[in-house]
Amino acid sequence: MSALISVKNLTRVFDVSKPWLNRVIERKPKAFLTAVSDVSFEVPENSVYALVGESGSGKSTIGKIIVGLVPPTSGSVEVNGVDLSASKNTADIARVRSDIQMIFQDPYASLNPRWRVRDIIAEPVTVLGGETEGLAERLLEQVGLSAADAHEYPHEFSGGQRQRLCIARALASEPKMIVCDEPTSALDVSVQAQVLNLMSDLREEFGLTYLFISHDLTVVQHVADMIGVLYLGSLVEEAPRDTLFSTPKHPYTRMLFDAAPRMDGFGREVDPPKGEIPDPINPPSGCTFHPRCPLAVDRCRTERPEMRRIGETRVSCHMAE
Amino acid sequence: MNTAVLSVRDLVVEIPTRNGVLRPVDQVSYDIAPGEILGVVGESGAGKSMTGNAVIGLLDPPARITGGEIHVSGQRIDNLPREALRRLRGRKIGMIFQDPLTSLNPLLTVGEQLTETIREHLDVSESEALNRAVAALDEVGIPAARQRIGSYPFEFSGGMRQRVVIALALCAEPELVIADEPTTALDVSVQAQIVALLKRLCRDRGVAVMLVTHDMGVIAEAADRVAVMYAGRLAEIGPVRDVVSHPTHPYTAGLMASTPLASLGHNRLRQIPGAMPRLEALPDGCAFHPRCAYAEDTCRAEPGPSIETCGGRAACWFPLSHDEQEGAA
Repeated sequence: MSALISVKNLTRVFDVSKPWLNRVIERKPKAFLTAVSDVSFEVPENSVYALVGESGSGKSTIGKIIVGLVPPTSGSVEVNGVDLSASKNTADIARVRSDIQMIFQDPYASLNPRWRVRDIIAEPVTVLGGETEGLAERLLEQVGLSAADAHEYPHEFSGGQRQRLCIARALASEPKMIVCDEPTSALDVSVQAQVLNLMSDLREEFGLTYLFISHDLTVVQHVADMIGVLYLGSLVEEAPRDTLFSTPKHPYTRMLFDAAPRMDGFGREVDPPKGEIPDPINPPSGCTFHPRCPLAVDRCRTERPEMRRIGETRVSCHMAE
Repeated sequence: MNTAVLSVRDLVVEIPTRNGVLRPVDQVSYDIAPGEILGVVGESGAGKSMTGNAVIGLLDPPARITGGEIHVSGQRIDNLPREALRRLRGRKIGMIFQDPLTSLNPLLTVGEQLTETIREHLDVSESEALNRAVAALDEVGIPAARQRIGSYPFEFSGGMRQRVVIALALCAEPELVIADEPTTALDVSVQAQIVALLKRLCRDRGVAVMLVTHDMGVIAEAADRVAVMYAGRLAEIGPVRDVVSHPTHPYTAGLMASTPLASLGHNRLRQIPGAMPRLEALPDGCAFHPRCAYAEDTCRAEPGPSIETCGGRAACWFPLSHDEQEGAA
């Protein structure tokens, strides 16, 4: 399988300094937040790659960089061999852009309330000057709504139906790849099941590739082929789904699995994880997980672990074997 | 059931609107014993938060209680005047809200907020109140509590803030705590910490907890019994093990089956067709019948009768037997 997306040494730093006058008065230096730090991975065609992590782990930033909403500070993202942030060939960029679409978390905020559903869904094609006759109606039926809904405004739909509208819009330009940023976390469980089933049907029908960003391990376990675990901007572990869930190698992945509530965990007494995610503006030295890690040794405090391959797993931990 | 801390009987909450009267909570009855955690689950709009708010007397007008009784340790509270109810809140019933930042006052230190609550409800001196405040923060696991007591809410992280909210709910030693989605805004690892804390406090102090959430995993791990709500009514209530593994009500069964589980892998999730009806357009009879695979004419005419299940109750005409579930699963 060839890689549809290949992310190499991706880093994104945000300047979170106070305004210069405040810095002068308070004698504070500039502050930088490293949201994504040296992340590399590849997404093969027609697969589902999931990024999981807690808040502040950089998962949404990676999604935005891939669709080109945020430029990377260093490193590159190649989609079908085209680097969106560096390429000068406008024809290439236009082609790649229509190959990637995004579905956002909040279906209330991501649909323009003043536009009719037909215009919302057809927009990705309209901007490229394509033919939109009957397009919205066809897509509406594909996502399980009715063609007559094309006249309506978004407020007439429930949360799950709105997320279906977002999926229809994402499909309009016939993309190869859809970046889904927490597509179901605003939805109720029974509606979540409907949307996840729809997404897996569409994947088979159109041969889509998904980059699935989520914090919900049970959802990720259900949908993903390959899973990357992020902690404080770094990829700490990457493995095929079954390998990751049966033999997690990084202590953070293990902690995350232990902490996640389970449907069959009646009265389970968990030993809750120690500590919290550190301040990303001033992250710990060496391996960023070492203050919370039960296995940490002196080496972890000073030296940042490289990504190593162990069997099917890639893991960045000095102690993993 | 004289021993129950909270006893709700046939509670009805109504909202008068221009287009008729809505019933977000309809004929809900349950008890919570001391030291017991009752989980209340349901999808958005099922009336679970509304039930909690009704118990603590925080319904936003025009919503009001129009039927039923609420007893807290034997005392009827739903017909108390405002002032008496205000004194009861915090003293007998503590409340933990979803968003810890909006439920703390940003202009007061956590110490001021804690001592204010303690002195309002307990007859103690200022220094004693401060000592109790430190002890309360200590108990919920805030490190260096005596130094942190002068900090403002914004100086704490999300998980620490929720601990402060829990300390605030517990500082006047209430008998009942209503926790409305206490971990929804938190990360998985912090959520595990908060759930463990709630369970420990409940066990150590014998506080009754009503845990409102939509996360079945949290319920399975924390609750002793679980109540499933649908469109304002109690669909099913019973010991958590029975309700999760052997649901009797078709809605509960659908809810469990649509939760992605480890064993399912890439298979399709079972989905419940349709969506929960709006309050303005509740179907006649059992509110679940348009989405129910087992519905018959009786269901369309009358709401499900309350039937006994193993250790609990369910409101259904055609409850699932265990054999059927084996077949369906």
